[in-house]
Amino acid sequence: MISDQQRMLTRAAREVIDGQIVNLGIGLPTRLFHYLPDDMDVLVHSENGVLGCRLLDSGEQPDIDMIDSGGTYITTRAGASVFDSATSFAMIRRSRVDLTFMGAFEVDQQGNLANWKIPGKFSPGIGGAMELAQKVARLVVLCSHNDKHGNPKILSRCQLPLTASRCVSRIITEKAVMDVTPEGLDVVEIAEGLSVEALREATDATLLIDESRLGRF
Amino acid sequence: MTLLNQKVCDIEAAIADIPDGATIMVGGFGSPGTPFALLDALLASGQRDLTLIKNDANEPSIGIGKLIEAGRVTHLITSHLGLNRFAIEAMNNGTLKVSFHPQGLLAEKIRCAGVGHGGFLTDIGQGTEIAEARRSIDVDGVTWGIEAALQADVALVHAERADRYGNLIYRATASNFNPLMAMAADRVIAQTYRIDEPGDLPIDAIHTPCAFVSQVVQVDRASSQQGVRPHDL
Repeated sequence: MISDQQRMLTRAAREVIDGQIVNLGIGLPTRLFHYLPDDMDVLVHSENGVLGCRLLDSGEQPDIDMIDSGGTYITTRAGASVFDSATSFAMIRRSRVDLTFMGAFEVDQQGNLANWKIPGKFSPGIGGAMELAQKVARLVVLCSHNDKHGNPKILSRCQLPLTASRCVSRIITEKAVMDVTPEGLDVVEIAEGLSVEALREATDATLLIDESRLGRF
Repeated sequence: MTLLNQKVCDIEAAIADIPDGATIMVGGFGSPGTPFALLDALLASGQRDLTLIKNDANEPSIGIGKLIEAGRVTHLITSHLGLNRFAIEAMNNGTLKVSFHPQGLLAEKIRCAGVGHGGFLTDIGQGTEIAEARRSIDVDGVTWGIEAALQADVALVHAERADRYGNLIYRATASNFNPLMAMAADRVIAQTYRIDEPGDLPIDAIHTPCAFVSQVVQVDRASSQQGVRPHDL
C-alpha cells in the first residue's frame, strides 16, 4: 500500500520531460528528486545559484559550500554550473526554467496561487516563490486537496494574498490531476477508488469531468 | 578608496570604524557564503542600531542571527526568515522591523546599485500586494513597476580566495549575493581563506575585480563550519 504522498510524487514525476530544466519547490516537491528516473537527462535548478544539482549518494561527503534553496546539502551532475543570485533569477525571469513544482495554501480555477502568507499567522517572507510562479514556463502545483481541518484548498477564488496570478497550469493532489482551463478545472485523472461525487464534495471550484475519458492514478 | 597595497588588514581593524546606525549588506544564502568571522567581529565590536541587508536571517544563533538576538539590528531587509524562528519572533513582537522583497528583486536592486543605476522596471509581482506598494510607469503602452536600487554603507562578503589587491573568487553555492554586494556598498570588506600575491589568481577566473574591494581579511576555514543541517529528505 503506497501513501497518498508517494502516489502524488509518482504521478508528478511523470510531468517531467527528458531534456528539461526543472526547479523543485521547498517541501514536498523537493522529494521529487527521489522519483526522477536515473536515465533521464534533466537539469535541476535551485535558485540559490546552481543548475544541475543532484542528491548525495549514500556515504558521499557533503560540501559545506553546496546546498539547494531548502538548505539541504546537494552535489552536482555532469553539465552543471554555479552562478550568483542575479543570474539565477535572470534564468527564471527569462523563462529558461521549463517546469517548476510548488506547494499551495490555496489554488483556484483561474490558476491563481497563494502559498506565501497567511495574514496574522504566517509571514516568514516570500523567498523566490513569486518569480518562479510568475515566470517559469509551466507551473504544476503539488499539494494536499484539503487543509488539516478538511477545508478545500482547491477553490473558485483564492482568499489569501497571491503569490502570482494566473500562473498555474496543472494541479496534482492525492485525489485528482486537474488542468486550469477558461471554463474551470478539467479533471484529467482521479485517484484509484475515489468517486466523482467524493471529489466534488472535497472541492470548492468548478470541476469539468468527462467520465468517458477520466484516467486513474 | 583604500590604496591597492594597503587593503590587507586584521579583522578588528576592518570592523572597528563601522559607525552605529550603519546600513550593512551581508552575503550568503543560508550558511554558504555568509561571512561568519566578520559578523562575529561586528558582534564583539559593539555597533548598534544597524540596518542589515541579507537574503535570509541565517539559522538561530549563528551569523546575523547572533546580532538580531543581541538586539543590535533595528531593520532587516530580506527575502525570507524561514530558517530562523527567533527572527520571526522579533518581527512579530515589534523589536525588529523587517522589509521583505521577492528574492530575485532583492538581488536585482543590489545589482542595480552595484552598476551605478538608480533602479529598474519590472513586471514581477503584478496582481499581488507587492505591486500595490510601488509606483508604476507606462512605457510604449506596457505597464511596469518601478524598483529602486538598494545601496549600503558597508558590504561584508565571503570569498574562497583573494589576492592582496582585493581580487575575489567565490566557490560553488557560496557565491549567491556576494558578488552583487561586493559592488553595491561604499566600503567592501571581504573575508577569505587565502590571500595570494597579485598575479597568482588566474585572471580569467576572478569574479570581483579589486577595484570594488576596500579591505581583505584572512580567516580560518573552521570559522565557516556553522549552520550544518542534517540531510532531511
